[in-house]
Amino acid sequence: MAPDHIVFWVFAPISVGSAVAVLVQRNAVHSALFLIVNFFTLAVFYLVLGAPFLFAVQIIVYAGAIMVLFLFVIMLLGVDRDESLVERLRGQRPMAILLGLGLAAEVFVTVRASIGLARGPADFDQVVNEGGNAEALSRVLFRDYFLPFEVTSILLIVAAVAAMVLAQQRERARTRAEAEAFQVAGPGGGVPT
Amino acid sequence: MRTPISYFVALSAILFAIGTVGVLVRKNALVIFMSVELQLNAVNLALVAFSRMHGNLNGQVLAFFSMVVAAAEVVVGLAIIVNVYRRLHSANVDDASLLRW
Repeated sequence: MAPDHIVFWVFAPISVGSAVAVLVQRNAVHSALFLIVNFFTLAVFYLVLGAPFLFAVQIIVYAGAIMVLFLFVIMLLGVDRDESLVERLRGQRPMAILLGLGLAAEVFVTVRASIGLARGPADFDQVVNEGGNAEALSRVLFRDYFLPFEVTSILLIVAAVAAMVLAQQRERARTRAEAEAFQVAGPGGGVPT
Repeated sequence: MRTPISYFVALSAILFAIGTVGVLVRKNALVIFMSVELQLNAVNLALVAFSRMHGNLNGQVLAFFSMVVAAAEVVVGLAIIVNVYRRLHSANVDDASLLRW
C-alpha cells in the first residue's frame, strides 16, 4: 500500500466526519472548531497532491485568519443562544438531505464516467514543481495570471473598505441622539443639523 | 503518487454536498456561512486534484485566487451578519424576513 494511499484513507474519514459534525453541532463554537479540523485535513490533502504552498496558505489563511474572524463574530453575537428548531417550510430537512445525496451521487457518476481512475503524471514534483512549488507557482502566477492577480488586490481593498462602511454605526447613533435631544427640548427645539 | 485522482474529486463532491445540506438545513446565519466555506474548500480540493491530474499548475493558481475571494467574502459577509444582528438582535435567518410578503 503506497504511503499516499494510507494518508488518504486516514484523513478522508476525518474530513467527512468533521464536515458532518459542523452541521450537527447545536453550538456555533463547536461547529467552528470542527471546521478547523476539516481545514487541516484539506491542507494534508494539498500536501499529498503536490501543492505545499497551498498547504501553508490553507493553514495560515483559513485555519488561522478566517476561523479567528469567525470565532470573533460568534463571541460578539453571544454563544449561548440555541438554534430554534421550528421549520418554516415543512419537510425542508429531509428534502435537503435527499437533494444533497442526489448531488453527491451525480458528481460520482460524472467523475467515474469522465476521469475514471486516472492518476496523472508520476513525475509531477520533478517536472511541474521544478525548483520548488512556491517558485513554480509564482512563475505561473506572475506570467500567465498577472492581470487577475492585480485585480485581486483591488478586490481586497474594496472588501476592507466595505467591511468598515458596514461596521460603522454613525447614522443610527445620530438618530438616537436626535431623538433624545427632541425629548429634552420638546417639539420644535431639536438640534440643528 | 498511487492514489487515483478521482478519489480526491469524489471526496470533494462529498464535502460539497455536506456543505450544501448545511446551507439548506441550518438556521443560524453563522453556521450557514461556515457551510459556504466548506463548499468553497471542497471546490479548492477539486481544483488542486485536477491540477495534479493534468500536470500543470493552473488549478493551483485558481485555488489560490478562490482563497483570496473567499477571504474577501468572509469579511463582507460577517460584517453584514453583525449588522443584521444589530437591527434584529438575532442571527437566525428566519427572522430576517422583511422582504417577505
